[in-house]
Amino acid sequence: MAQSTTVEIDTPERPAFEDRLRSASRAAGGVLFWVALAAAFLFFLFPTFWMLETSFKTVNEANSQTPALVGFHPTLANYHNVFFLTQENVSGEGGTTTITTGFLHYFINSILIGSISTLVALVLGMLAAYGFSRFRVAGKNDLLFFILSQRMLPPIAVLIPIFLMYRTLHLVDTYFGMILLYTTFNLPFAVWMIKGFVDEIPHEYEDAAMVDGYTRFQSFYKVIVPQSVSALAATAVFSLITVWNEFIFALVLTEPGGVRTVPPSIAAAAGGGQGNIDWGLVAAAAMVFVLPVVIFTFLVRNHLLRGVTFGAVRR
Amino acid sequence: MGSESAEHGGPMPVRGPRPGLTDRQLAWLFIFPTVLILLAIAIFPLIWSLGLSFTNYVATGNVDPVSGNPVPYQWVGIHNYRTLLTNNDVTYASIWHQFTVTAVMVICAVGIEFVLGFGLAMLLVRQFPGRGLILTLMLTPMMLAPVVVGLFWRFMFDPGNGDHGILNNLILLVSARPLDIAQSTPAIIAVIIADVWMWTPFMLLIGVAGLAAIPRYLYEAAQVDRASAWFRFRHITLPLVWPLLLIALLFRTIDAIKLFDLYFSLASGAPANTNPISYVIYNKAFEQYDTGNSSALAYIILVIVIALANIYIRNLTKAQAAH
Repeated sequence: MAQSTTVEIDTPERPAFEDRLRSASRAAGGVLFWVALAAAFLFFLFPTFWMLETSFKTVNEANSQTPALVGFHPTLANYHNVFFLTQENVSGEGGTTTITTGFLHYFINSILIGSISTLVALVLGMLAAYGFSRFRVAGKNDLLFFILSQRMLPPIAVLIPIFLMYRTLHLVDTYFGMILLYTTFNLPFAVWMIKGFVDEIPHEYEDAAMVDGYTRFQSFYKVIVPQSVSALAATAVFSLITVWNEFIFALVLTEPGGVRTVPPSIAAAAGGGQGNIDWGLVAAAAMVFVLPVVIFTFLVRNHLLRGVTFGAVRR
Repeated sequence: MGSESAEHGGPMPVRGPRPGLTDRQLAWLFIFPTVLILLAIAIFPLIWSLGLSFTNYVATGNVDPVSGNPVPYQWVGIHNYRTLLTNNDVTYASIWHQFTVTAVMVICAVGIEFVLGFGLAMLLVRQFPGRGLILTLMLTPMMLAPVVVGLFWRFMFDPGNGDHGILNNLILLVSARPLDIAQSTPAIIAVIIADVWMWTPFMLLIGVAGLAAIPRYLYEAAQVDRASAWFRFRHITLPLVWPLLLIALLFRTIDAIKLFDLYFSLASGAPANTNPISYVIYNKAFEQYDTGNSSALAYIILVIVIALANIYIRNLTKAQAAH
C-alpha cells in the first residue's frame, strides 16, 4: 500500500516524460552509434577498396586527374601483367621510363624465403620455449629479457653492421643470407609466443609420460609438441606475415633480379615520379601481395591480440 | 626394462636412469641454438657498429681527400657524436630539427591512434549483428606491409599527376589548395594520417580486449548506486583498462620512432627536413655512405628506444601480475 502511494505522489506526467526522454535519447544514441560505426568502417576500408578498384583500371583511368569511383571499364590486364610482364614502358609528363617488373620472380622469392625462415624459427623457437618454460636455467629472466629486447631494437640500427657483415661474408643477395636474417628476426617472437602457450600446458602431462618411462626429450616431442600445434600454427602465421611484409633489409641486402622479395619491388614499380607510374599494375601487385595476409589474418583472428603484443596479452 | 610400460602398447620407452644428459645440460641444448643465432646475427653486429661509431669508416672505402688514394679508416673518438649533435651536415641543417619532426610524428600519430582506437573500442565492445566480421575487417590495416600502406596513401593524395588523387579531389571541393605531399608540412600530415589508418586498429584490438574483460557486476553495482556515466567511466572502465592501454601505447611509441617503410613509400619525395630519424640514418648510411656518422646516430636512437623499452617491460610485468 505504502508503495502505491509513493507512485501516486509522482505526478503521472513525469515518469511518462522521463520515459519518453530516455527512449528518445536511446534512439538518438542508437543512430549515433551506427553513424559513428559506419564512418569508421568507411575510413578503415576505403583505402584498400580504392586500391582494389584501381587494380581493375587501365593506366589512363588509374592516373586520371578525376579518378572515377564508378563507370570505368574493368580489365584483368593488370593481374595478367603482375605474373607475366617483365618490362614495361610507362609514359607521362616526365617522358617515357622503362621499368623492370617481373613480379612473379619476386613472389617466388618471398614465398621461399618466408616459408623456410618461418619453419626454422618455429623449430628453434619451440625448443627454446620449452627449455625456458620447463627447466631451471641460470639467468633465465635475463635471457628472456635479452630475447624480448630484440623486438625493441630499431632495425635501422642493426642494418648497417649486418650489411657490412654480409658483404664480408658474401651473403648479400643470397637465399641463405636472407633466410638466416629473417629466422633471427622471428626467433624472439617465436620464443615468447610459444612459451606463453607452453606455460599453459599442465606439467602433469609430461610428469605422467615420464612416470610411464618416457625420457625428458620423448615427453617433449610426443606430448608437448602435439599439444602445441595450434600455438605453432598461430606463431607460424605471424612470422610469415612479418617476413612477407619486411622492407628495409630486403631493400638493402637484395638486388633486383636476384633474391629480392616483393615489398621493395612494389616500391620500385611505384618509384617513377612525375606520372610515370603504372598505378593499375602497382595496385594489382599490391592486391596479390596483400591477399594472403588478409586470409591469414582471418584465420588467426582469435590469436591476434596475442600475436601483436608478443604473447604479452592473453585472453 | 620397459616391461611395466609394455601394456600401453605404444613405442616402448626406456625406463631407468636417463641416458647421459642431466636436466641442466638438456635445458642448454634446448636454448643454445636460439641464443647462438641471436648472438651472431643480432648482438655481434651491434657491438661492431658501436665500434664503427667511433671511426670515420666509409662503407665504399676511405679515400684521401687530396690525392684520392685509398686510406685506412681511423679511430676518431667521440667526434661523430659531437658533430652530429652540434654541427651541420650536407643534407640536414640540424639533427635537432629531425628529432623534432620525428617527435611530432610520433606524438600526433600515437595520440590520435590512442583516442580514436579507444573510442572505437567503446563502440565495438557492444554486441550487435555482424560485429565479428566488422571488427576483423577493421583490424586488417595493421597486418598489411607498411610500405604498401604508404603507397595506398600516396596514390590517394598524389599519383604523380599534380595532386589529383581521390583524396585531393575531395579536398579541392572544400579548399582551394590540395594537400601537396611534396611539401614539408603536408607530408608530415599525410604520414600521420596514414600511420593513424594503419595502427588505430592495434589500439582498437587491445581496447576491445580490455573492455570485454571488465566484469559486468561492477557496472551493475554502480547502476544500483546511481553512479553517473562519467563516474562509471572514470572509476571503473579506465582504471581496469589502463594497464593494457599502457602496453599498447608503449608498443606503438617504440614502433613509431622506428617509422621508415611507410615514410619511404609515402613521402620520400618531400624535402629532406621532413625526414624522420630512421630515414636520416638510412640516408647517411646508404646514400652518403658515411658509415661512422650514421652508426653514431643509430646508437643514439638505440639508447632512446632501450630506455622506452625498459619502461614498457616494467609496466608489462606489473600488468601481468595484475592479470
